[in-house]
Amino acid sequence: MSETKKFLYLNRKAPYGTIYALESLEVVLIGAAFEQDVSLAFVDDGVFQLTKGQNTKGIGMKDFSPTYRALGDYDVNKLYVEKESLEERGLSLDDLMPLTYEDEDDDYAEKDSIRVVSRAEMAQIMDEQDVILSF
Amino acid sequence: MPIEVNGKTLETDEEGYLSDLNQWEPGVADVMSKEDDLVLTDEHWDIINFLREYYEEYQIAPAVRVLTKAVGKKMGKDKGNSKYLYSLFPYGPAKQACRYAGLPKPTGCV
Repeated sequence: MSETKKFLYLNRKAPYGTIYALESLEVVLIGAAFEQDVSLAFVDDGVFQLTKGQNTKGIGMKDFSPTYRALGDYDVNKLYVEKESLEERGLSLDDLMPLTYEDEDDDYAEKDSIRVVSRAEMAQIMDEQDVILSF
Repeated sequence: MPIEVNGKTLETDEEGYLSDLNQWEPGVADVMSKEDDLVLTDEHWDIINFLREYYEEYQIAPAVRVLTKAVGKKMGKDKGNSKYLYSLFPYGPAKQACRYAGLPKPTGCV
């Protein structure tokens, strides 16, 4: 059994217009098979990746936002969203999709995956990681 | 290689997955399973339909570990294990069942 490392996927870009957000999500899903300690961070325009009611009809791209709801099934349940980034864009937690997971260690209780943290807390979270992958 | 389903020609990719999942119809699974010498039972269809519902909801084909867990939750522990799923789909439940269901290859499958 190899040692578990702390992986943070850092998402900074809006969901469409570039391929970064989708690529990040796919790497997270693939990487989930390796049973590492995975967290996701959403800062800057990256917070738009989690907004409710995305509609991509006008730009002819696939709306992949429903896939974030599958992350709980993949045991990815630490999604840190920076409070300042939300506020700077006029957003709050209510504008984000409700994302949950079932806690196997707590009788499969449904819990929230999204945790809104301050910029200072986000810096602390980044500091604790073994690996940070930036998208 | 394209496949013939009810008189229609449907494009597939080099690994046999349907190019356009909107073209799927149950006959696709029938044609593909015949090529694999597999007879589809209700148990197979339960999994194929489950995968289609999962894709509809989450827009991804689940990894086998996730499929196993989700099937167990919905259909019971006796079906939510890899032994049962491999007995139905010997080429790999995620890969083979997703192909029959018209979904893309599961993310992370090699």
